[in-house]
Amino acid sequence: MACFFVIVLSLAVFADINPPSHGETIDPTKVATTAPFDHPGLRQTGPKTYEAYYVGQVFLWTPASITIPVGSTVTFYVTSEDVVHGFSIPQEDVNAEIMPGWVSSVTHTFTRAGDFPIVCNQYCGIGHSTMFAHVIVK
Amino acid sequence: MQQQRAENRLVLAHLYVALVCVFIGTFFGLMQVTSRAGLFQVPAWFDYYRMLTAHGVLLALVFTTLFITGLSTYATYRSIERPNRSLAIAWTAWWTMIVGTAMAAYEILAGNATVLYTFYAPLKASPWFYVGATLLVVGTWIVLLDILLEIKYFRGTHPGERIPLPVYMAVTNFIMWFLATVGLAVEVIFQLIPWSFGWVPGVDVALSRILFWYFGHPLVYFWLLGAYLIWYGVIPKILGVPVFSDSLTRVAFILLMILSLPVGVHHEFADPGIAHVWKLLQTGFTMMVVIPSLMTAFALFAVFEQAAAKQGKTGFIGIVSSLPWKNPTFLGSVLGMILFIFGGFGGIVNASYAMDILVHNTMWVVGHFHITVGGPVALTFLAATYTLIPTLTGRRFTSDGLARVQVWLWFIGMAIMSVGMHVEGLLGAPRREASLVYGGNPIAASWEPWSILSAIGGTIVFASVLVYLVAFLKMVFGGEKGETRFEFAEPDRYAKDTPAVLDRLGLWALVGVALVVIAYSGPVVQHFQYHIYDAPGMRTW
Repeated sequence: MACFFVIVLSLAVFADINPPSHGETIDPTKVATTAPFDHPGLRQTGPKTYEAYYVGQVFLWTPASITIPVGSTVTFYVTSEDVVHGFSIPQEDVNAEIMPGWVSSVTHTFTRAGDFPIVCNQYCGIGHSTMFAHVIVK
Repeated sequence: MQQQRAENRLVLAHLYVALVCVFIGTFFGLMQVTSRAGLFQVPAWFDYYRMLTAHGVLLALVFTTLFITGLSTYATYRSIERPNRSLAIAWTAWWTMIVGTAMAAYEILAGNATVLYTFYAPLKASPWFYVGATLLVVGTWIVLLDILLEIKYFRGTHPGERIPLPVYMAVTNFIMWFLATVGLAVEVIFQLIPWSFGWVPGVDVALSRILFWYFGHPLVYFWLLGAYLIWYGVIPKILGVPVFSDSLTRVAFILLMILSLPVGVHHEFADPGIAHVWKLLQTGFTMMVVIPSLMTAFALFAVFEQAAAKQGKTGFIGIVSSLPWKNPTFLGSVLGMILFIFGGFGGIVNASYAMDILVHNTMWVVGHFHITVGGPVALTFLAATYTLIPTLTGRRFTSDGLARVQVWLWFIGMAIMSVGMHVEGLLGAPRREASLVYGGNPIAASWEPWSILSAIGGTIVFASVLVYLVAFLKMVFGGEKGETRFEFAEPDRYAKDTPAVLDRLGLWALVGVALVVIAYSGPVVQHFQYHIYDAPGMRTW
């Protein structure tokens, strides 16, 4: 059992199939004045690699839209100013719980062109189903 | 006789409250599944999330709990003969649960607790919602106390004898439930109640989620073991054969009791703040729960085979054709078992460390629990009432045809709805959405046909509930006076050889606690190494 566990863990880490488990905290009442979330948005870090900082609040994601070329790898850092949200890009396997007081992170490579919605997949209040943003992959 | 009638009234009081929750809760479900598919514009009074909260709380929390408390009390009282049994503790439990349910239901319907049945902080409901939920749980603890006192009486009057199997199944379920609800109690009493009253400014969100899911996964096994009690205990009696194996049954219940506890983190795969290693460890524990479930499948098939052999029938067709399909309690239970096979497959996906991300918080999960708690559990419970309620009211239920229509409609409707939800989830549709428009995005548009399929299935399930309402009224008010027997099967002939250690409930509870310590010390210690910022909370509805 223990042996099996160690083997599976090593394989999982090696193959990078782990679910998002970032560990970083932030004061949820001061998100708007805490770098880098005081300026949410996309930053290019190399050829076709990006970091994207998102803030979730009822009932919108900021930034509302980003545009990237096909083949880009984006590392998302996301936090919440109020309640729990879910950061999800359907059919692109980006899926993380966004909790006030915490920063979640997930990395994804976009291989298809399209207008991908970032939806909120964790109930956050009356406008939950109107909460979405765009990732435009060209 | 007098005493038995008083006990029957007590059990009926549990079942009636449970069934009223079914009638109200499924109506809200019908409104949700059809309006979400865009089939009609919801009227202004219908607030989607308020009704969704009511749907989840009434069906998943109150219906299941009250049915299981009623069934477990019945199993205990019928298995342990006790002259002049006092019902004071049992009625205290019932009243505690009823007052709690009424408080929580009032706050939900008044719009003060639109936080869904997971009530994730920092969504901030009225404090009386949390107090009501606490009372519901405290009531179940009193039921456990009542069962334990009956066992104590039995051991005193029957030295050296085994705990009767129906009582054993009931009490292991309640011990597991008690150990799990301690986590919920800590969350609600130390975090949510003081915060919602305004006594403390914020809440540690991540900790509240660890505590909630420590409770949340054993909760689903609490539901399931209620159905298992009927499958292991009552189905063989209907078939006229003994329990397949007393010792296998006890081992399965002990395994479910201890392995249900250290697995809650598989609901938190997408959460920050919990390291991979702890998520993977609990994945391992979760997969071990498959073992007692497969044992259950084996035992049930064996019972079917034995029943057929008594009639001289063998082979797949011989066995299937010899089973009493006309009996609605049997038919509903077996249809529930069929749904559970698919529910089990889906559950393995959800609990898989890497695959969960494909379906986490999508409609797949909603489809999953509708063919688990909404399928095998609810269908077995409703089917059981066709025998149990007439037993308690001293009548004979003569509308078996109506009852068969009801269970078939439920089965078909739930299967269709669940297929729609699972596919929608695989296409990425998020759960808990009042609408799926998303500015006309083509990905969102691909969900629409499947949400319409779900609406068709949901409508069929509601038709089943309407048929059930007619059958229920016939059971309670109509029908003829007479005797119906909802009984538990005899032990098998090897039952006396069952290892005595299986009856040492305290010991097994300690094993359960030890597994919890192994599974949770990592995530909890890790949690407190972070600098935690409490979240103030707000009302966003």
